[in-house]
Amino acid sequence: MSRIGAKFKELRKKNAKAFIPYIMAGDPDIGRTRELVTILQDCGADIIELGVPFSDPLADGPTIQKAAQRALQQGVTLASVIDFVADLRKTAQIPIVIMTYYNLIFKYGEERFIADAASAGIDGMIIPDLPPDEASAILALAGRSGFDIIFLLAPTSPGERIRKVARASGGFIYYVSITGITGASLSLDPAIGEHIAGIRSVSKKPIAIGFGISTPEEAAAVAPLADGVIVGSAIVKRVNDPDEELRRYLVSLRSAIR
Amino acid sequence: MTMHGKFPDKRGYFGAYGGRFAPETLMPALEELERAYQASKRDRDFQKELRHLLRTYVGRPTPLYFAGRLTTHLGGAKIYLKREDLAHTGAHKINNALGQALLAKRMGKKRLIAETGAGQHGVATATGAALTGLECEIYMGSDDVARQSLNVFRMRLLGARVVEVAIGSCTLKDAINEGMRDWTTNVRTTHYVMGTVFGPHPFPMMVRDYQSVIGREAKRQILAEEKKLPDYLIACVGGGSNAMGLFNEFMDNADVKMIGVEAGGRSIRPGEHAARFAGGSLGVLQGTKSYLLQDEAGNILGTHSVSAGLDYAAVGPEHVFLKDTGRVKYTYATDEEALDAFELLARKEGIIPALESSHALAEAIKLAPQLSGDRIIIINLSGRGDKDVQHVARIKGIEL
Repeated sequence: MSRIGAKFKELRKKNAKAFIPYIMAGDPDIGRTRELVTILQDCGADIIELGVPFSDPLADGPTIQKAAQRALQQGVTLASVIDFVADLRKTAQIPIVIMTYYNLIFKYGEERFIADAASAGIDGMIIPDLPPDEASAILALAGRSGFDIIFLLAPTSPGERIRKVARASGGFIYYVSITGITGASLSLDPAIGEHIAGIRSVSKKPIAIGFGISTPEEAAAVAPLADGVIVGSAIVKRVNDPDEELRRYLVSLRSAIR
Repeated sequence: MTMHGKFPDKRGYFGAYGGRFAPETLMPALEELERAYQASKRDRDFQKELRHLLRTYVGRPTPLYFAGRLTTHLGGAKIYLKREDLAHTGAHKINNALGQALLAKRMGKKRLIAETGAGQHGVATATGAALTGLECEIYMGSDDVARQSLNVFRMRLLGARVVEVAIGSCTLKDAINEGMRDWTTNVRTTHYVMGTVFGPHPFPMMVRDYQSVIGREAKRQILAEEKKLPDYLIACVGGGSNAMGLFNEFMDNADVKMIGVEAGGRSIRPGEHAARFAGGSLGVLQGTKSYLLQDEAGNILGTHSVSAGLDYAAVGPEHVFLKDTGRVKYTYATDEEALDAFELLARKEGIIPALESSHALAEAIKLAPQLSGDRIIIINLSGRGDKDVQHVARIKGIEL
């Protein structure tokens, strides 16, 4: 079982939910990213989502767009993030998934990427512009390496897409909480509970909810619906805060996710 | 059914290019759009309305004009201009924008959004929105807003909101990103009017089909005038919609050679041009697999062209397919060559072409003298140059 699968299994046994924070690798610099990994672990993160900067992040709002631009100015690439995780693995065993856009993977080479990422200790990836419809080749490669490709579902997804995405997704299913982009304000569809029940009716895979969740109150509101909660832009906005304040915020999120 | 008519396949691929690389939130909308588009093709009332508006509102057919003084000046092949500059709103963009506006209305959408580079597609979409009574919002890079201020005001006059996009390279690519973000947020009520043969399936197919009226008319017109098919078709290629519009009808006429002209900018050095076939490589951007200007890590490079409409890092996937098969040859014209062609056409024919179309003219200026006088070239004069007059004056250091 993958590190992600094992983590959800362990949490289910404890009747707990996953806290999945997102940070952009190399924002403001890679040294800070290393410190942030430690802080996130200390504050109870279960899985870390590590953004790899891309020049044209069309599923992201302004906060992550700007973080990507800063990281690109630092020279961060997919290759350098793979090396970073390989180095991190000497000391940290927390599951790590990368989140980026498909062109970086395509340009790196799918086969080479899966091999290098798996051997570096990256556990999976989330690629918003790679629906399962376009992923058959990389799914076959990932399956052989135990590397999880996590696909997304949205409030707009009808039944047939729910079945397709749920079948293809590895590790967990990423449920996009809003019809929109990352960092937008959270306005939950009143039917969110029904949507998620619809996914549960066709799949036993864990479901994590993300997009637009920024406060402990919001995290607490969605947590009961899911197996995990993802917080991205709101953390990216705070990575340069004094550590004590950042830790207080992260702990407040952690304790809200139940 | 022609040989070429088989493309794209069911998954939106032209050979190895194209596809649907879109966020999950948009996938159902793209599937719905594909179904609605196919249904509209079978809907006789819809087709009748579109044809009626193309005739009475857009002013089609646009003339095929024999450019006699330019032909004499160049001393070779006969040059015909397909006068898309005479279509309502001044460019070929209206053919597609009108089709998509009617389709959006048929689908029950309340709002149109679009990206624009030179502003022509933004104006065309704003026009389609005014005609159909839909709300309209246009995304435009802040660099383009500065160099195409006339078109910005035109869009506002037509009732559209123009949103300036000041991130990334501040041009067309960034306007598309922002348009896709809007669509992701408002997909239930909004239709995204993609302006070129790019983006996720079905856009490259749909935009090509709406533009194919150009080639259908040109074929009929040249046969009436010359009793034979042309030897060459020449069109500029940004995303590539005017080129696909002219070329598509001639695909199976093997003797008709086709040339697509990209923007060579200042030079073929990274960041100085937009010639994807000269300096690009295969990648995936904004929903489709195609040729891109990108760095080794896969990040998209900045581009430059004197013409905002060609200043774009990617090209439509069908063009990559046509390059592979050898059916279309691709070349580029530099800023300087395009500016020379711009002035030459104005002086010799009394027609001020768009800077985009001037790239196609620049290629004809090189080609025509090498051909004998019984050869025929059709150039797609995709738009008029009024929008570029201020910009050209600025380049020449003339204060208006």
